[in-house]
Amino acid sequence: MSTPLLEVRGLRVAFPGQEGLREVVRGISFTVGCEKVGIVGESGSGKSMTARAILDLIPPPGRVSADRLTFAGQDLTRLKPGERTRLRGRRIAMVLQDPRHALNPVMTIGAQLAETFRLHHRLSRGEARRRSIEALDAVHIRDPERVVRLYPHEISGGMGQRAMIAMMLAPGPELLLADEPTSALDATVEAGILETLDELVTARGMGLVLVSHDLDLVAAFCDRVLVFYAGRIVEELPARDLAQARHPYTQGLLACVPRLGERRRELPVLRRDPSWAAS
Amino acid sequence: MAVASEQDGLAGLTEEEPRAHGALRRLLGRVLSVIVSVVLTVFGLLVVTFFIGRVVPVDPLLAVVGDRAPEHVRVQAAVELGLDLPLWRQFLRYLSEILQGDFGNSVLSGQPVLTDIARFFPATLELATVATLIGVCLGVPLGVLAATRHGRWQDQVIRVVALAGYSVPVFWLGLVGLLVFYAELGWVAGPGRIDVVYEYSIEPVTGLMLVDTLLAGDHAAFLDAFWHLILPASVLGYLSLAYITRMTRSLMLAELGQEYVIAARVKGLPERLVIWRHVLGNIMVPLITTVALSYAYLLEGAVLTETVFAWPGLGLYITQSLFSADLTAVLGATIVIGLVFIGLNLLSDLLYTLVDPRAR
Repeated sequence: MSTPLLEVRGLRVAFPGQEGLREVVRGISFTVGCEKVGIVGESGSGKSMTARAILDLIPPPGRVSADRLTFAGQDLTRLKPGERTRLRGRRIAMVLQDPRHALNPVMTIGAQLAETFRLHHRLSRGEARRRSIEALDAVHIRDPERVVRLYPHEISGGMGQRAMIAMMLAPGPELLLADEPTSALDATVEAGILETLDELVTARGMGLVLVSHDLDLVAAFCDRVLVFYAGRIVEELPARDLAQARHPYTQGLLACVPRLGERRRELPVLRRDPSWAAS
Repeated sequence: MAVASEQDGLAGLTEEEPRAHGALRRLLGRVLSVIVSVVLTVFGLLVVTFFIGRVVPVDPLLAVVGDRAPEHVRVQAAVELGLDLPLWRQFLRYLSEILQGDFGNSVLSGQPVLTDIARFFPATLELATVATLIGVCLGVPLGVLAATRHGRWQDQVIRVVALAGYSVPVFWLGLVGLLVFYAELGWVAGPGRIDVVYEYSIEPVTGLMLVDTLLAGDHAAFLDAFWHLILPASVLGYLSLAYITRMTRSLMLAELGQEYVIAARVKGLPERLVIWRHVLGNIMVPLITTVALSYAYLLEGAVLTETVFAWPGLGLYITQSLFSADLTAVLGATIVIGLVFIGLNLLSDLLYTLVDPRAR
């Protein structure tokens, strides 16, 4: 692999608080190629903030800095805001957590999809509509001609997330960030969604960053795993070796995963050591 | 290949036929419930105005026969007005008269109250409509600008402007406006709706001066009416702008943190479209209520503004009637205002279903 798709060096995200700047992402570095990378960690460990910082979507007054942030060899930190906006959707996209909130409630599914097609491909109305139906079909939504006329509150969560994936993949991005794409959905729906995601990402040869707090899911689905703790990466390892993780924090996380058929009174207390996040 | 599982399927019915049927039934149900609620509200309005008319310590006979009438004249007048009947019979009589469009005669002008109102109301309607247009056309963009520049200087300036509109008394604003723009600068015309020169040459068709002068094809008169209207409309427009700006700003701020806004940005939409298409589309329902309320408020007749600008509108009519204890006229006008309120509420309810699919 010559140049990685995404290269991050020393990424920091900070928000001004009462006692000066408070860093939520504290100098992390990783690369993503045309592969599936999982990011795991507790709530507040900086997973989502990292994804949003890559897309330049940290809301003010948050501040982002990085020693190096390149996408396909292009230095993102040097781009003008307008160029950064054009990069979004077209080359890097993101699937958000809950389709019930992430789809615009007053626009039909079709209108939201067609909008993306028209924006990036300058299509006519009719053509954008036809492509929207095809895109819904590609994420295995039954009867897409009907679904394009429906509003987000008229479809189920799983269907909404499929529509979301269709919408984000519409412009043909090279990298997809998925921020807990299934945690708002039923477990039965989850598998289907991930399978669809996997199928499309593999077929298109895209890079995928899957943010999740579900260790089993990441281990089964991804090639590589980054373990986040307090705004830092404490361990990076191949997904299939996750069970043999050496870092005490990762081991602690693994110990908390419930197993089927297992009986236990209480979950072990997760060990937290500030020194892990120090250096 | 993965196939969407059963739980992943559609929540609603899958066949077209029962769906269309259900939609029709829902629509009928809605229309029926709207009619019932309007009838009930109007009835309540009539009950309240009737009892206010009986409770106020004003002798209705005094205005009719004067204070020196002999006893038998008073009694005869009381019988004619039905004041000797028990209260509930009086109410029924009042109700049937109102339903026949008979609001009684104004003591002051001797004309039917409805005729009076038809003469005065268009002036208020014209003023309130232009003021609301000013309020919406400037207030919404200002509110949006303040929200998108949250905490920066643009936001601070707009907040001060809106706060001033809230706190400065409107009659003072009107007087200063007249002093500066009419007396000193001579940019606008003075009090009244139109110059005396045109006053009797324009035939009142709609009662709206701008429309009537256009219908008469008299451009000079139209311009004159416009320059008379612009200052009072701007003063009231500022009031409406202050309210609409503040509401738009806070509605936008609440919406800007929503996930669908982030999703729209992730798609690569330019910020302009994110704001005006996605966010504004979602604050439409409360925004419509805001505008309707502000419009209804102005339609009541802005008494102070109409007095300062000698604007012959509903506010002026009610004030004059109150001063001469003309209760029939006051109550008649109150009912008209109440009906305007109910009508505007109905209209905004209908608009909700247009802009928000969840309200259908």
